[in-house]
Amino acid sequence: MAAPDRLTTKDWLIRVAISTAVVAGIWGIGQGVQVGLIEYVQRIVLLCGINIILAVGLNLINGTTGQFSIGHAGFMAVGAYATAFCGVKLAPAVTAALGTGAIADGVVFNAALLVGALLAGVAGLAVGVPSLRLKGDYLAIVTLGFGEIIRLLFNNTKALGSATGYFGDNPAGLPPYTSFFWVYVWVVVVVLIVRNITFSQSGRSLIAIREDEIAAEAMATPTTRLKVTAFTVSAATAGIAGGLFAHMQSGIRPEDFKFEKSIDMIVMIIIGGLGSISGAVIGGIFLAVTLELMRDLQEYRLVLYALLLVVIMIVRPEGLLGTRELSPSMFKKKAGAK
Amino acid sequence: MSQFLQQVINGLSLGSIYALIALGYTMVYGILKLINFAHSEVFMVGAYTGFYTAGALGIEGMEQRGAAFPLYLALVVLMVAMGASALLGVLIERLAYRPVRSAPRLTPLITAIGVSLLLQNLGMLVFTPNPRRYPPIIKEVRFELGGVIVTNVKLTIFVVTLALMLGLWYLVQRTWTGRAMRAVSVNLDAAKLMGIDTGRTISATFAIGSALAAAGGILFGLDQITINPLMGTLTGLKAFVAAVLGGIGNIPGAVVGGLLIGLAEQLVAGYVSPDYRDAITFVILIVILILRPEGILGVVRQEKV
Repeated sequence: MAAPDRLTTKDWLIRVAISTAVVAGIWGIGQGVQVGLIEYVQRIVLLCGINIILAVGLNLINGTTGQFSIGHAGFMAVGAYATAFCGVKLAPAVTAALGTGAIADGVVFNAALLVGALLAGVAGLAVGVPSLRLKGDYLAIVTLGFGEIIRLLFNNTKALGSATGYFGDNPAGLPPYTSFFWVYVWVVVVVLIVRNITFSQSGRSLIAIREDEIAAEAMATPTTRLKVTAFTVSAATAGIAGGLFAHMQSGIRPEDFKFEKSIDMIVMIIIGGLGSISGAVIGGIFLAVTLELMRDLQEYRLVLYALLLVVIMIVRPEGLLGTRELSPSMFKKKAGAK
Repeated sequence: MSQFLQQVINGLSLGSIYALIALGYTMVYGILKLINFAHSEVFMVGAYTGFYTAGALGIEGMEQRGAAFPLYLALVVLMVAMGASALLGVLIERLAYRPVRSAPRLTPLITAIGVSLLLQNLGMLVFTPNPRRYPPIIKEVRFELGGVIVTNVKLTIFVVTLALMLGLWYLVQRTWTGRAMRAVSVNLDAAKLMGIDTGRTISATFAIGSALAAAGGILFGLDQITINPLMGTLTGLKAFVAAVLGGIGNIPGAVVGGLLIGLAEQLVAGYVSPDYRDAITFVILIVILILRPEGILGVVRQEKV
């Protein structure tokens, strides 16, 4: 995938056209979803999008770079709280300037999401710098520890509602900004960013770190810098997912971001295949849908869920796709082999 | 001063429980290089086995009559729980960990997380999520020593922990099984070549670690009065941190780490804020991993290419 060195005006026009088409497409589907689906299904569709962001973002560090984080719920929490808090504080100023309506809401929401992503990224950087010096299991445990500390901090911060959670200043709770349109615009943005990193030169270096860190270092790969960068980006995407998640409901509680949430994210990328972006997308959707379908099974749900995890690990540890990507050429090759 | 001593005593008794659990983590890690996440659930099952065994032995009736639970029955409860947990530990290793032993290292780690979740949720199903009051296997007697309140429960915790640790020391240092365990932890393949039945040694390690966790579970129930199916999560994590703090794979290290974590937790709860008693463990973990990743008593192992 060699990108041209300089883009001509024509290339730019094509890009703008494609982007506009994609945004319009998402908007159109969003309208269809709003009309055609009952609220319950709409909620699952939104959850699918949020899960995709979580899975694709986590996959960058856990799958592509091979550095196992099991504390990403912490970054999701940072993003959720930051987005909710900023949104609530920003809203009066923006409505004063732009009046009320969808545009003002969109501006507030996206500005707040960017702050959420930024703060989650900063948290990721702060966690990543010391802990990425460690390897394997230790890294996993440190990220777990950080995730718990972040949650306990929110649990004890009075300004953010302590253990009862943060519901904004309005008694009705947080405004329901999260719509199909915004969720899937962010899905596209996050998937593109992660895809571009993965298939760039840095991406190949990340894969080299996964395969053999010592060898990568011997080949003059700046391993620590790359690992920290990947971790920061991954944390920021978790922050975006957190922000989208926050505005799906009236409030957020520290217990929404427990260790189990991190496990959910890991299950998503494991089902799809560690190191595969399309796999992460599939895993994210699979988890949102399956957990909903199993809701009738009540308490057996989580037992089956855990059992599924163990069985996948024993039977097919590489997940559905392994490190491969789902693409038309994959099917062509298969057809050719037959 | 007496308040400080009180915190120290409470901290040490909590720390003894952490130490008992940490031993299981450290022994398994020493041999398989695996964080046995399911260990915290083995601890939980141990506590519940004790709960049901005491119930079956008629502790409720005795309590109503005001009679104390006889000491020999308390020992029976302890033995049954330790046996059941040992069996569970061995089963987990056989069914879940052995099939993935030669897979890349993340696979066993995720498997362990899965087994932990599975047991936790099975626990919620079988034992119900409601907290249970732990039966007074040891009837509490308080006495005061220079302004410090000591209960016989705390003393029991110290005595049982000490006895089990001496037993473990004897087992690891003075028996053939222990010698095999030490050999396997140095190098599994080499141990196999020397004719050690590694499969059996690994099973033995799981059995011993799980039995100690069960003892920890019963002592925890006695100390904290209530138990619930999620009791293992946080306690297990703290015990794991204790193992890392002492130097993972190092048996005396787990004991030192456990006692230090228990002390730190009580002191923070007593002098800073009870809200941060759980956070301090993770702060300690992060500080130790950054400053001295091999732990207090651990040895640095050179990575070979």
